[in-house]
Amino acid sequence: MPTLDCRTLERPVIDRQLFERLVVAVARRIIAASDTLSELDRTIGDGDHGINMRRGMEAVLAGREMVLDLAFGQALQAIGHQIVGSVGGASGPLVATWFLTLGRNWPQSGTDLPIDAFEAALQAVKARGRSDVGQKTLIDVLAPVTEAIKSGLACRELGGLANRAAEATKPMLATRGRAAFLGDRSIGHMDPGACSVALMIETAAGLLAKAEERMA
Amino acid sequence: MTNRVGIVIVSHSPDIAKGTADMVHQMVGDEVPLAWTGGNAAGGLGTDVNRIISAIDAAWSERGVAVLVDLGGAETNSEMAIEMLPPERGDRVVVCNAPVVEGAIMAATEAWGGADLTAVRRAAEEAGSA
Repeated sequence: MPTLDCRTLERPVIDRQLFERLVVAVARRIIAASDTLSELDRTIGDGDHGINMRRGMEAVLAGREMVLDLAFGQALQAIGHQIVGSVGGASGPLVATWFLTLGRNWPQSGTDLPIDAFEAALQAVKARGRSDVGQKTLIDVLAPVTEAIKSGLACRELGGLANRAAEATKPMLATRGRAAFLGDRSIGHMDPGACSVALMIETAAGLLAKAEERMA
Repeated sequence: MTNRVGIVIVSHSPDIAKGTADMVHQMVGDEVPLAWTGGNAAGGLGTDVNRIISAIDAAWSERGVAVLVDLGGAETNSEMAIEMLPPERGDRVVVCNAPVVEGAIMAATEAWGGADLTAVRRAAEEAGSA
């Protein structure tokens, strides 16, 4: 079993074609799940998470030609700008901050996975949301995934880990975000932001794992 | 007019943002630079970074701009908007931790009296604890 991990996300490992497939697959996954995401958000929030994320992913899909030829770090930032300009809900600036910070910290050369950039992106999302792990937010997925990337977990393991982390938000009491207004009634439901981020990670990591297997 | 601190109102709802701006206008007239924005890019409830940037530009004053927001996304989107301004402007815009209606009125009356940005923000934030 090939175990090439995510450590070589640098181009040309991610060439233009693979990058486009990543962008399209992640965007379509979120668009396909938008009703489910809104339904989760209707339970513990204001019910617009799916439609907001859908709008963001449609903007990313529509604008992908503009980002595919950029250097990887700049492409990630451009995606962040597309998201922040289109999502409109609270998750827009949070997800956008992740992409913007990851892109800004992505090294211009080198073949090692820039774990510092992933760490910086996580910290930036925490700062933007003035939140941390355990508050029933997307940070509860991003934090363990970032740790896993830093410890060199194989791509094919990342999706499962992200999904389990999203699942683990169910018993949590929301203390940040719109769900915090519900208090105890937020317990027992998955956080929609955590669900979105897990879907994105599962899709991207799954595609990367397959690409790695082909290269191995 | 631009020797007074500007006020920007950001709500998820355009009705709330405009209504709040109407109340502010009734208090201070045209003597305080004032702008509002509400709703997302698709016309639904939410907030939009680009519209917030436009509102800050519309209420721009060399003495700075105080931004009043309602819930979570309005705050995070306003912070993003401020970071996307040219740095020399961004440094002179603050998001007030205050209830949007009371905060906007307190901030605007303080701005009308000629207070600086720090005092305007403090007035707004004291409205929340009164």
